[in-house]
Amino acid sequence: MTNPDLEGHLRSRRDTGHKLLVPYVTGGVNGWLDAVRAAVASGADAIEIGIPFSDPVMDGPVIQQASQLALDGGATPVSILHEVREVDVGVPLVVMCYYNTVHHAGHARFASQLRDAGISGAIVPDLPLEESGEWCAAADDASVATVMLAAPTAPDDRLPRVCARARGFVYSVGLLGVTGERDSLAATATRLAGRLKAVTDRPVVVGVGVSNASQAVEACRVADGVVQGASVVRRLLEGGPDAVAEYVSEVRRALDSEFVTSVS
Amino acid sequence: MSPSTHSIMGEPTEAGRFGEFGGRFVPETLIPACQELEAAFREAWADPIFRGDLDAVLREYAGRPSILTECRQLGAQLGLRLVLKREDLNHTGSHKINNVLGQALLAKRMGKKRLVAETGAGQHGVASATAAALLGLECKVYMGAVDVERQALNVFRMKLLGAEVEAVHSGSRTLKDAVNEAMRDWVATVESTHYCLGSVMGPHPYPWMVREFHRVIGTEARAQCLDAYGADPDVVVACVGGGSNAIGIFSGFVDTSARLVGVEPAGGAAVGRGHPGVVHGMRSYLMQDEYGQVQEAHSISAGLDYPGVGPEHSYLASIGRAEYPTVTDAEVVDAFQLLARTEGIIPALECAHALAWIAREAATMQGQTVLMNLSGRGDKDVGQMMEVLGS
Repeated sequence: MTNPDLEGHLRSRRDTGHKLLVPYVTGGVNGWLDAVRAAVASGADAIEIGIPFSDPVMDGPVIQQASQLALDGGATPVSILHEVREVDVGVPLVVMCYYNTVHHAGHARFASQLRDAGISGAIVPDLPLEESGEWCAAADDASVATVMLAAPTAPDDRLPRVCARARGFVYSVGLLGVTGERDSLAATATRLAGRLKAVTDRPVVVGVGVSNASQAVEACRVADGVVQGASVVRRLLEGGPDAVAEYVSEVRRALDSEFVTSVS
Repeated sequence: MSPSTHSIMGEPTEAGRFGEFGGRFVPETLIPACQELEAAFREAWADPIFRGDLDAVLREYAGRPSILTECRQLGAQLGLRLVLKREDLNHTGSHKINNVLGQALLAKRMGKKRLVAETGAGQHGVASATAAALLGLECKVYMGAVDVERQALNVFRMKLLGAEVEAVHSGSRTLKDAVNEAMRDWVATVESTHYCLGSVMGPHPYPWMVREFHRVIGTEARAQCLDAYGADPDVVVACVGGGSNAIGIFSGFVDTSARLVGVEPAGGAAVGRGHPGVVHGMRSYLMQDEYGQVQEAHSISAGLDYPGVGPEHSYLASIGRAEYPTVTDAEVVDAFQLLARTEGIIPALECAHALAWIAREAATMQGQTVLMNLSGRGDKDVGQMMEVLGS
């Protein structure tokens, strides 16, 4: 089974001037599969699927709440990876999971579970570069792209090493803090994206604290794209998949009208 | 330079490992802060001026050295020589002050203006608030909402000391969730803030650094035992949640033939019932379900209500150097009263775990010298015990 090539897919779209839009959906909450389909139909370039964890230290209140709802509803990594097989949306799927989920399953076993579920990539936010060796090796063997996070606090000499180990795209952390909507885009968001663009040709996608269409446009003046997490999950919890579709369409339109795509 | 391997209770490896345990599993955002802290601690710990400053504040403010007390009545009743290391007599009423004064001095040396801390029973929160007041630092303490309720007096103490206390309503609303929230705060404020972690857990260098700050317990106790009895104790016993007081006293005896016993609550037995897992920045034994979700601990004592354990304890257990039995809440309640009635000492519920094990296993230790770390006093638990026992 061959899953979509995350990096190839994003690069080819990026190279036409198209800005990458990656909505995040917490797996296991009511309506999540429909939300994934709706987001793709509304113009998502890839989807990030959160595997809920009991202790999500990188997440703010909205995604914490969604994770807890999913867990209370009986969601497990196995159930989510089973259900996601039903989804055939034509864009790559990437999971976001905390490291204990990987560690507990076993590196090679988890990587092959992802591959068999049609997942193209993985983001493990509490697995920094120094600790990532075993997982990355297993993920490489299973052709699962490990997306590395780069943080605003990283010194200049660290960023090239993070980018070198990244596959798929580089996740440029938008601010000092956890996921959640903010009134304005932090200055760190474009600053870090710029530092990353200077050292890597891989797609640079800003996530954490990109909270609406205008902030997405602002981030994309420097970056290749954005992850939309809490803003999507809040709409899913409040208004279901239709609200997700409406929001993702709005962000898509804003990006497309601001950044002209060359015909390739 | 860090060693590539480590000696027992020496420095961990460069990657912060004690055997296969430990490490630094934190978001990228926190990596530079952990590296900076490691370098600052290494440099300060080798600096006689820092060591002198810390020794002075431990002596003149915290009241060190803490004494040994032999429990003659209870010892006779149990058929052994029971000796308490009286960390309950330190300023703020527990061993926590040793670590907190070390970290607060270090934070100040690093130019940080603010401490964040998690707390379970409130002892570490009170100690952090105290050190912050002494050294002119801001302090914010995260505490599970359940613990805020059962430790209302300590919440008020922290506020009196000028700290801000935030009740954490996520997850199990106890210590593990307070750690999550403190880490989230630190991720957002890392440039101005030091995370004053309260136990021998978390990402490297915390398990090592916090152990070094508590080593004073074991060093003093070893000399005091030699002085009083001319020999090392046969058994050294302490309660284990994250495991800081146990690590402190074990460090003084790990190179002797003494049995080292860390007593966990039956409802929070990370070593006894857990499997290796990764949470709160470290790889260690962890209570978790079949998918790796962290389970909630349940203990009568808020300070031990933690599903993990410090990585060095996991290592000591894995090589068989220390043992980690459990006791039940009912045994703890009995031990709490036993020490009060026989010796006139009201122990913290946490330490009552250690005593409960000694009382239960006394028949196997007849005539032996048993050193127990009395890591905190029980004043904070009196209200809760009034409800349990009825007035």
